[in-house]
Amino acid sequence: MGHDRSAGQVFDQPGVNPPDPELVVIAKVFPRNPFWEHSPVIELTNLTKAYGHGDQRTVVLDKVTFSVDAGEILAVVGPSGAGKSTLAQCINLLTPPTSGSVVVNGEDLTTLSARKLRVARRRIGTVFQSAGLLERRTAAENVALPLEYLGVTAAEARKRVAELLDRVGLAQHAGHYPFQLSGGQRQRVGIARALALRPSVLLSDEATAGLDPTTTDSVVDLLRELRDDLNLSIVFITHEMDTVLKIADSVARLDHGSIAESGRLVDLLTDPDSSLGSELRPQRVDAEPAAGQQIWRVVYDAPDVPADWVGRASQDLGIPLSVLGASVQLVAGVSVGGFTLGIPAQLGDRVRDVLGRYGLAASTDESDSLAVELNSELEGVA
Amino acid sequence: MTETLLANAKVPANELPGLLFPALLDTLIMVGIVMAIVVAVGVPLGALVHNLAPGGLFENPALHTTLSWIISIGRSLPFLILMASIMPFTRFITGTNIGIAAAVVPMSLAGIAFFTRIVENSLRSVPPAVVQVARASGGSRLQIIRTAQLSEAVPSIIGGLTINIIAMIEYSAIAGTIGAGGIGYVAVTYGYQRFDQGVMLATIVILVVTVAAVQLIGDALVRLTTPHRRLRSGAVRPLRRRNSPVASLAPGAAAV
Repeated sequence: MGHDRSAGQVFDQPGVNPPDPELVVIAKVFPRNPFWEHSPVIELTNLTKAYGHGDQRTVVLDKVTFSVDAGEILAVVGPSGAGKSTLAQCINLLTPPTSGSVVVNGEDLTTLSARKLRVARRRIGTVFQSAGLLERRTAAENVALPLEYLGVTAAEARKRVAELLDRVGLAQHAGHYPFQLSGGQRQRVGIARALALRPSVLLSDEATAGLDPTTTDSVVDLLRELRDDLNLSIVFITHEMDTVLKIADSVARLDHGSIAESGRLVDLLTDPDSSLGSELRPQRVDAEPAAGQQIWRVVYDAPDVPADWVGRASQDLGIPLSVLGASVQLVAGVSVGGFTLGIPAQLGDRVRDVLGRYGLAASTDESDSLAVELNSELEGVA
Repeated sequence: MTETLLANAKVPANELPGLLFPALLDTLIMVGIVMAIVVAVGVPLGALVHNLAPGGLFENPALHTTLSWIISIGRSLPFLILMASIMPFTRFITGTNIGIAAAVVPMSLAGIAFFTRIVENSLRSVPPAVVQVARASGGSRLQIIRTAQLSEAVPSIIGGLTINIIAMIEYSAIAGTIGAGGIGYVAVTYGYQRFDQGVMLATIVILVVTVAAVQLIGDALVRLTTPHRRLRSGAVRPLRRRNSPVASLAPGAAAV
């Protein structure tokens, strides 16, 4: 079947169109353009998945709601057992959700019949944990699988597969079997296969789990490149916080089946009150303060913290600041991170004011506990 | 006197090939016909049973349990009893109770029950993740069964097929007792009933050689259909040649 189909007819189905090149250029030049910000490609609304009935009913996903715009990478993080795998299965409708909707390109997939769903699912490319390659097929034959299912002619499939393998940097390995490929190469084949039908959404289910840090970085770089080139929306499900920093534009934390916290990565990292933000910031072991010093924890709270603030703040305060620990890095063009400072105790609250001028949020361990007490009192009043 | 009679009854060595080779041919025809039927029915049936089970592509516990019971009954009857008990059915199908045609019916039934379980077991060893990948790639259920389940399980199914063929050679010998012909028939009538040790020994040798040959061919096919065995054994080595020493030194080069 399908011998009379031209390449255009096969791929130019509604929803699986390659993005308009002009719009891609606009999106690249104006990444914060409101047009892109407000055009969600995939939208989950109150997605709920429960198993069993009555007393035995367990809710695995509880009213999960989020949306991902064109060209956006949303990382969904959470501990094991938070419902991440179930979420992945519900997004590409491999498992039907109990209630709620999954809308891709304006079409609600949860209402489709099994037959239509099979077609609609092609709009979502899925990259699986440890790739899930067919061991008896070569890399090229694995990438061709979705094309074969669609009924694309052999010649056309060959052309597309060569393109895809070239795109993921595996043109030399087309004839290799999975056992001859490294973990990173296998995952690249998995990514090429997921892109075969030109989906608008890429779902990555723990795609970097079990890969070493260098390989993880190369897979992450590839995904970001593909996002830029194809204006893909990527849902990146992972348990690795350090990978999130490298890939995500936005982050949502799944906890006990519901989204506990979410937001833009930069906003979360520069928000000293965000628990997800503090989980995402690199963890470190700080030095002990000298005698008479008080420990201050400082978090970058604004996108424009001057790089020389340590010196300037020392001058303002009239004492040298002791750095006990620090981790600062650039995420999406903004410096984020935190410092642990040792400052003579008598300076008191002046420290907070001075550091505040540079866009830094400072707190002592005591003020933390004070804030907690205050909060609990307020809650008691409410 | 008895001794002379028995001695006279023995088949002379020069007549052995004339007796044994047509019998071997009968056995091979019988097993060949049976295996064609067994594979044609057993593969789809095994795939059906596997996918009716919980977690399968067309989950249906009631139908799965029913089918599974029928297969288990087929598997639990010793072949001799199965053969005797379905004689009316055999006569209804083939119009006879003796000969190769009559043997094919019970052998096929026993073989299908056996092979269905083998296929089911082989499919169970395919990682479920592979089926998920195929579903996410937009495959229909038939496409998934063909490309992801059966295709991935081919080496395992061939391994099972080897065991099944050998079992069928054994069953053909049992079928020989109802006059089905073949090596089994010769062994029973000459070797057992006439105490002709020469014929008995010859049939044993032929059976051992046949079974060994089947096993050898089966093993070779398993190796040929498993990429990492085929390419490591050195039987086919285009990849080794394509990978010059320089290429294999590159980071992440194929672990050939």
